[in-house]
Amino acid sequence: MSRSSLGFQRAALALLLVAACVLPFVISNYRVFQFTLVLVYAIALLGLNMLTGYNGQISLGHGAFYAIGAYAAAILMDRFGVPYWATLPVAGALCLVAGFLFGLPALRFEGLYLSLATFALGVALPQILKYKGIEHWTGGAQGIVINKPDPPPWLPVSQDQWLYFVTLAVTLLMFWLGWNLLRGRIGRAMVAIRDQPIAAQAMGVNTSMVKAMTFGVSAMYTGVAGALGAIAIQFVAPDSFTIFLSIGLVVGIVVGGLASISGALWGALFIQFIPNVADQISKAAPWAIYGLFLIVFMYVMPTGVAGFIRIAVARWRRGRSQAHPSKETPQ
Amino acid sequence: MAALLEVRGLHAQYGATEVLHGMDFTVAEGGITTILGANGAGKTTTLRAVCGMVKRRGDVSFGGRRIDALATESIVRLGVAHVPDGRGTFVNLSVEDNLRLGAYTRRDKAQVAADFERVFAYFPRLKERRRQQAGTLSGGEQQMLAVSRALMLRPRLLLLDEPSFGLAPLIVQELFEIFREINAKDGVSMLLVEQNAALALKLARDAYLLETGRVVISGPAETIRNDESVRRSYLGY
Amino acid sequence: MNTDLLIHQVFSGLASGSIYASVALALVMIYQATHLVNFAQGELAMFSTYIAWSLLQTGMPYWAAFFATVAVAFALGVLIERIIVRPVENAPILSVVIVFIGLLVITNSLAGWIFSYTIKPFPSPFPEQPLFGNRYVSSHELGSTAITLVELALLFVFFRFTPLGLAMRAAAQNPMSSRLVGIRVGWMLALGWGLAGALGAIAGIMVAPTVFLEPNMMSGILLYAFAAALLGGIDSPGGAVLGGFIVGVLENLVGSLLGTELKLTVALVLIVGVLVVRPSGLFGKVHVTRV
Repeated sequence: MSRSSLGFQRAALALLLVAACVLPFVISNYRVFQFTLVLVYAIALLGLNMLTGYNGQISLGHGAFYAIGAYAAAILMDRFGVPYWATLPVAGALCLVAGFLFGLPALRFEGLYLSLATFALGVALPQILKYKGIEHWTGGAQGIVINKPDPPPWLPVSQDQWLYFVTLAVTLLMFWLGWNLLRGRIGRAMVAIRDQPIAAQAMGVNTSMVKAMTFGVSAMYTGVAGALGAIAIQFVAPDSFTIFLSIGLVVGIVVGGLASISGALWGALFIQFIPNVADQISKAAPWAIYGLFLIVFMYVMPTGVAGFIRIAVARWRRGRSQAHPSKETPQ
Repeated sequence: MAALLEVRGLHAQYGATEVLHGMDFTVAEGGITTILGANGAGKTTTLRAVCGMVKRRGDVSFGGRRIDALATESIVRLGVAHVPDGRGTFVNLSVEDNLRLGAYTRRDKAQVAADFERVFAYFPRLKERRRQQAGTLSGGEQQMLAVSRALMLRPRLLLLDEPSFGLAPLIVQELFEIFREINAKDGVSMLLVEQNAALALKLARDAYLLETGRVVISGPAETIRNDESVRRSYLGY
Repeated sequence: MNTDLLIHQVFSGLASGSIYASVALALVMIYQATHLVNFAQGELAMFSTYIAWSLLQTGMPYWAAFFATVAVAFALGVLIERIIVRPVENAPILSVVIVFIGLLVITNSLAGWIFSYTIKPFPSPFPEQPLFGNRYVSSHELGSTAITLVELALLFVFFRFTPLGLAMRAAAQNPMSSRLVGIRVGWMLALGWGLAGALGAIAGIMVAPTVFLEPNMMSGILLYAFAAALLGGIDSPGGAVLGGFIVGVLENLVGSLLGTELKLTVALVLIVGVLVVRPSGLFGKVHVTRV
């Protein structure tokens, strides 16, 4: 990447950050809440993308980890009075372990079978959450209601705005961690396993360990997102976590861009705001649109919005360098 | 004699790699043409290109009709039967089912029944094993089955990809005798790709020598067979 | 549990098992030809059932509507293969799974959009009174099992004794060799999807009277069909059918022991269990990956 484009990327990122910080003060509280959810989904999508986009393991049941994180936060806050910010690392750790444990048997499943098994998990999830045996903890079909956290007394912001900034901070942290992970040796191992699993193994990559770890980390991200989501929505109930949640996450990474970090943000914007727009047409419309986008994107834009942008920028830059050949720094 | 199969400027590629760089050859009506060459020269690819199994461009005419833009199954329906390398038998189906499939596109039921008998006359071992699962046959029997299946099409042109491969010499002799008979009695034209040059040159009328995707020598098989220098430098005997 | 109840559960399990068997068979047919699992199979069956319902609403007699729906479902299957599945035929597995999920989602929401989400009753062609007044199995259970068995028998005859059936089997096993005998493999695939669609429609029509017609009617059944297909062997039609009956009976027995709330979890455990212990199922072929 040439120096000019790196600078361009940094400038764009800084601009985005400034915009993100200013945003909650110029829009209504409800919109702030919506954008908080965008950030929540972005974290979840980054998690799923690590597993499916970068590592090639198809999960149609990631809603399960989202649910575990959500319920963990709700139970800790409601039953044990744990402060909201402390529930995040617990949710994350819980899902890290759960994901890793699920990833171990999943090692034996080739792509299609893994999608089958995770699909089954996604479909069975609400029923599991409603199970009477654990009703005492989960609140059964009614679920659990929790309170939105208050901002510190010295800060003149609303609850929604405070939660937004907390979520923003967590999002930035998790994206930064994720970016480092994916850029480094482990990230390259993940992609190698996706593209040429046997060659990767022959070159000394511990495929099993990387795959199971990826499952764990991916679950952790989605679990943290679930916890934040629960705090934002103030409510967890089994019917919020149907197979359509898992499918919605898949829609997010497909539209945003598989194997792309920025894609998580585009995808999150898509799955948060499309239902709002489409709901006006009919209750069924959002999902019809999701389905259509899934199919059309696979035909036309398999690298998602992020990929489309990348290609467009590359073409624009190539056009520029052809007009001004001396400007590009040779690499 | 008129050419049944006429090929001009045939290029073929696997993905982005071009393997045939403009080949010209013909198969005469009722004749046998053989394409020889070392491993990797492009012999199998040539047969695949004629059948539309690989990406190709060029002029391929069968019975005066251009087939280079047709799909494999359409080419087959015009009367071109291909016995591929690896034989391509339906290993989970019976010998009988394999033969039935060979005649799948034919409408003349009575003739099909007659052809079953003819094929069993050529290869009595297949008749014994008619209900057996094709995958349990020996290598030689599978080759016989592959050729028989091709014959069930009542083809005008038979494409043979290294029929001698992996077979005992005695069986190979049998097989080539049957090829000669099929050609002489039923007038089936043949395009034979072979590594065993001696055998091929004895059977064929015309020969082409392939080297890295190009024809380097062509002519009557008899001439090439008798040309010691060609034999030694290109054919290794 | 007393014997009366046990016998009833077994018969009831066989009846629902016949439904799982036919959906599982549809899944296996598509898997054999494409090595893909059609995640949208349940929704397509549900949509076909809505078509039947609409025809019945117009006053069409039951069996006319039945056969008309089966024909439409067949045609729909062929169309979907040609238009939606063909473009991604050779795409990586993730793309195909995503397209199938997209199909699932579109079909589900179209059904909700066109027919609304309110639960509708669906008639059974069989009498209310149980046959001979027996107390183990209702006429509908008996009738739907009989219909499923007839359809399975017809398919068996078709595949084993007709040239077209042979060609379809060949195309599924070895597409390249099939082309070399002149079989139009693309159309064989489409035919497979058509048959799968027809199977699904019949399953939906037979199960709707019991579970009531609504857009999410088939999701649980699809899960059981997956479990059945995996148990029997995802590339074995006979195994899928047997698996269906086993899963049906198992579901009922476990349900009466542990309560009905965890039925889907049983399916999940079965699926994961089979995949971990014996991925090729009872009758499938063990696949060795060539390096």
